[in-house]
Amino acid sequence: MTMDIELTVNGEHVRESVEPRMSLADFLRERLQLTGTHLGCEMGACGACLVLLSGKPVHACLVLAVQAAGETVETIEGLSESGAIADLQAAFHDRNALQCGFCTTGMMVNAHALLGDNPAPERAEIRDALSGNYCRCTGYEAIVDAIDATARKRASDVEAPA
Amino acid sequence: MKSPAFDYIRARSVAHALEAYRSLDGEGVYLAGGHSVVPSLTLRLQAPAALIDLSGIDALTGISLDDGWLRIGAMTRHAEVAADPMIRDHAHLFHLAAPHVAHPAIRNRGTIGGSLSLADPASEFPAVALALRAEMEVAGHDGVRRVKADDFFLDIYETAMEPGEILQAILVPPVRAGDVAVFDELARRRGDYAMVGAAVQAVVDAGRVTDISIAFFSVGNKPTRAGAAESALRGARLDDAVIAAAQSALDADLDPSDEPQMPASVRRHLARVLLGRLLGHLGTTA
Ligand SMILES: Cc1cc2nc3c(=O)[nH]c(=O)nc-3n(C[C@H](O)[C@H](O)[C@H](O)COP(=O)(O)OP(=O)(O)OC[C@H]3O[C@@H](n4cnc5c(N)ncnc54)[C@H](O)[C@@H]3O)c2cc1C
Ligand code: FES
Ligand code: FES
Repeated sequence: MTMDIELTVNGEHVRESVEPRMSLADFLRERLQLTGTHLGCEMGACGACLVLLSGKPVHACLVLAVQAAGETVETIEGLSESGAIADLQAAFHDRNALQCGFCTTGMMVNAHALLGDNPAPERAEIRDALSGNYCRCTGYEAIVDAIDATARKRASDVEAPA
Repeated sequence: MKSPAFDYIRARSVAHALEAYRSLDGEGVYLAGGHSVVPSLTLRLQAPAALIDLSGIDALTGISLDDGWLRIGAMTRHAEVAADPMIRDHAHLFHLAAPHVAHPAIRNRGTIGGSLSLADPASEFPAVALALRAEMEVAGHDGVRRVKADDFFLDIYETAMEPGEILQAILVPPVRAGDVAVFDELARRRGDYAMVGAAVQAVVDAGRVTDISIAFFSVGNKPTRAGAAESALRGARLDDAVIAAAQSALDADLDPSDEPQMPASVRRHLARVLLGRLLGHLGTTA
């Protein structure tokens, strides 16, 4: 069985025919060549595959492409190209919050969603939000620092616009 | 790993879903949030002929008050359970428990109906349903019936629903004067399944416990009411001696098995510690 699905990915309308068993992650990576969505465990444990589905972070490995029909998806590529996370990316770079980079795209998607919901999170809240994202390299501290620094910078930019 | 091939049916109504299930002759699986179904397909633990997606059925969504009873549609996502003001006010235990269910992204997809239907003994919501003495609204070919939470959870991954029946909603009884709720779990990391957890719903009147229900999870094959501990508390004042008596009574209530990661004696100990904390908290919340 294949099904025709239509959805919006990074602002572009997409129409494809897929097997129901195809995950949204495989759809993004293999059909749309959006390989910034990473696949680690394919069972919801590692968080490497996070994307925004209708604005909310979800595991693309646990959503079937057919379930995303009619919805809006944003991937790391969309967030990066729009400049929405430019400051977050810079903060990760400055703080050495990535080493191999495998977890980074999922971390970014999650951090972006967190700061959207809660512009001034406590460190404990940042940790809680990232509790489903594994990083095997950095030890997390630098990642929490980078997100914390981005939140503070955004707050001070609002108070004192350039 | 990748899932075996299956068909996909987007149900338009409960009747359509029931009919689709029947036509598949036992080879269909309902899909709600999919956060238990999809990993089990990927791991090839299941190979259904088709998934029947319940997420487009209006009758399974929404949260409403009817005659004091709160009706929570089965498709309500965990994140909505955490954030919804009606649930906060009329089913406070669900509000307290939701942040402990998995991680934030999983809570955006997983549904309360999926969690209760799956009946994982390590899950938070089945124990909350027990402590709240909630009722399940179950639809089948013969119509809709209500099942009390006490009669709903039968064993590991087993409920009183017949194959093909659909959980439409969870019904929570009216809030009583003096109702207080406390919830907590002991987990290795935030978001992990608990080593031991408990939900407590009580009525406290001038320092005296007039009614209480205590439900543990992650301590056996199903969420478990702690009847002996409840008896030790009912009618009593929450002082240290009463709390100690309730903790001792747990030995009669809980029967965890020895597991490689945790001997039964450790789990019993953790259950006593957790109950002590929760009752202390109850005393200060009431
Ligand atoms: C990494 C990870 C961590 C998790 N941690 C936790 C945790 O700490 N605590 C916890 O409680 N859960 C946890 N979960 C499970 C998660 O909460 C599940 O999403 C939830 O238990 C099932 O809900 P669902 O909507 O995803 O159901 P689905 O996966 O769609 O369905 C689950 C089962 O219920 C059946 N079903 C679903 N809806 C209905 C219905 N309305 N009527 C009849 N049958 C139905 C399905 O056929 C299936 O058998 C975790 C999941 C993952 C992937
Ligand atoms: S690949 Fe999706 S959570 Fe690991
Ligand atoms: S940077 Fe390597 S896993 Fe996080």
